[in-house]
Amino acid sequence: MAIYNKINERKAPSNTKGPTVWIRENLFSTPLNVALTILGIMVLFWVIPPFVKWAYINANFAGTTREDCTSGGACWVFIRMKIDMFMYGFYPSELRWRINTVYGLFFVLMAAFKYLKSPLLKVALAHVYFIVGFLLVHGGFFGIEMVPTDKWGGLMLTIMVAAVGIVCAFPIGVLLALGRASHLPIIKSISVTYIEFIRGVPLITILFMSSIILPLFFPEGVTFDKLLRALIGIAMFEAAYIAENIRGGLQSIPKGQFEAADAIGLSYWQKMFLVILPQALKVAIPNLLSVAISLFQDTTLVLIIGLFDLLAMVRLSAADSYWLGYETEGYVFVTFIFWFFCYSMSTFSQKLEKRFNTNLR
Amino acid sequence: MMLRSKLAKISLATITVLGLGSTTLSADTLSEVQKQGFVKCGVDGGLPGFSEVGGDGVYKGIDVDLCRAVAAAVLGDAKKVKYVALNAKERLTALQSGEIDMLSRNTTWTQTRDTTLGLNFMVVNYYDGQGFMVTKKLGVKSAKELDGASICLQTGTTTELNVADYFRSNKMKYKLVSYDTNDQVVKAYESGRCDVLTSDQSQLYGLRIKLAKPDESVVLPEVISKEPLGPVVRQGDDKWFDIVKWSFYAMLTAEESGVTSANVDAMLKSDNPDIKRLLGVEGQMGENLGLKKDFAYNIVKQVGNYGESFDKTVGAGSPLKIARGYNALWNQGGLQYAPPFR
Repeated sequence: MAIYNKINERKAPSNTKGPTVWIRENLFSTPLNVALTILGIMVLFWVIPPFVKWAYINANFAGTTREDCTSGGACWVFIRMKIDMFMYGFYPSELRWRINTVYGLFFVLMAAFKYLKSPLLKVALAHVYFIVGFLLVHGGFFGIEMVPTDKWGGLMLTIMVAAVGIVCAFPIGVLLALGRASHLPIIKSISVTYIEFIRGVPLITILFMSSIILPLFFPEGVTFDKLLRALIGIAMFEAAYIAENIRGGLQSIPKGQFEAADAIGLSYWQKMFLVILPQALKVAIPNLLSVAISLFQDTTLVLIIGLFDLLAMVRLSAADSYWLGYETEGYVFVTFIFWFFCYSMSTFSQKLEKRFNTNLR
Repeated sequence: MMLRSKLAKISLATITVLGLGSTTLSADTLSEVQKQGFVKCGVDGGLPGFSEVGGDGVYKGIDVDLCRAVAAAVLGDAKKVKYVALNAKERLTALQSGEIDMLSRNTTWTQTRDTTLGLNFMVVNYYDGQGFMVTKKLGVKSAKELDGASICLQTGTTTELNVADYFRSNKMKYKLVSYDTNDQVVKAYESGRCDVLTSDQSQLYGLRIKLAKPDESVVLPEVISKEPLGPVVRQGDDKWFDIVKWSFYAMLTAEESGVTSANVDAMLKSDNPDIKRLLGVEGQMGENLGLKKDFAYNIVKQVGNYGESFDKTVGAGSPLKIARGYNALWNQGGLQYAPPFR
């Protein structure tokens, strides 16, 4: 007869799950981590309460004048009074509905994209959107009052520069990437030279080129619009980066795909547009979106050629002698706006990545 | 070797093109301005009191007033200005390339700029210079009493050299506390890290407003460097040069003879021959410049005389509250002096 020693029941181990375990394992696992955690908490404690106190508890929200900012905290009145400048620049106030319409149409476009199946239709629709958007913002056609580009500014200019930059750079980038992968020596060397040259200089140099050096080359009386010059510069610059990202995508396509396309007798363009590029772009999407995000941030560089994007508009408004001394509020506001846009774009990119992550990985 | 000679050729060609580009510019800015219907004026846009953008998105400031004066003189309407905001680096190129018709962007008149860039300075619309700001607590009345002071300033500017020269020539000791941006300088000064803040005087007044308690600081009267700020035009267009110059002198003369934007209509009936000539009731002053008779009347009516412009933008009537100092008229102890309208 076997003797069984009864093992007393034990409590379920409490320390394998739950927040305490997570904290112990992640924050206090080694002496170094303990030190880092304490340091981190101290930094947070040192930064956050004063910020909340400044930005919310002691802040001034109501009022319309400088005199309303008395409590020593942030003066959000400044932002409220200048918000139109931040959003639209010098755009005439009675015509701002046109910009808002373009914003609104963007959501219509997005909705349409969700329901439309045909990619050709989508591309056509996007083109229509850009043309209508340009006509509305710029005016000067069909009896709509013209607003010259030197009146454009603020967030609207930031978005426009980023959007036009990416949209115009994309086709050029695709062509450059194909050119670089081409077997034709002249096309290949032109593409390589262009890409390597542009990637070898900072964006700021290109902007300076386009705004300061270029006008000196034009014959007398020919002056290009400053914004147009900057846009061309930005599109040229971004095209090189987009080309490199797409090249990465092209290289990830197995050789068999090229050979199969050749074998069924597709022409070069059919092969590229029907077989290779759809797969290559799918791979390149995360990188392309990160180019878009960094371009959105780079738009602030147009400040140095005297275009007033959102950041420049804040700087400008803070130099209004009546509102001197409120730069901090302005910069915090800009930080928030930029964070909002960049974060949205990066969330969107993650979604796209998941959606397209079908066959290759 | 081959490559080098090729490069040399290319750069030579570039220089030729550049040279051509700047010499073939139209030498008749006046008729171009009249044709396009506005004056393209280069300004800063972000300089309190000089050229800033007000709450309604309208440019204002003492530099802006000069643009408006020229527009009033040439086109009869001070609003017909297209402002081009320029930074310090591109301002001169913008003028050389013809992107703007005149530059009014607190540009210091120096010999090199006047002689080597194909540009011309003609008047000084603001005599600036480096000054000192101290807290009232110190009880200092003059910069000569600053022996042993610690001085906050922005690095990388001539400010530093000027301070060194000034203190050495006055045999005083000092300690420099330098920062990257003006905002940091203000914060350091405010927290008591230094006794004195130095910068161009026109800037000091702007920085003073940023202090938590502006009234506890005072700008000392001494100016230790010369920064004559004035408008600039392209060389080789003497007619336009004269127009800009005399638009400014009209503002000065109006102040000197007591003509203001408020009383200019009444002054049309004045018996004073100086005023009659200025306002175009008598003489050929406007025609001499290729303008209408009433060019100065338009300036004074729409922009005001120099004193009004000064008060409204940087002086007592503005948040900056800069004293006239060197910018007072010559007969009131300043340097502003206009040749006679005769």
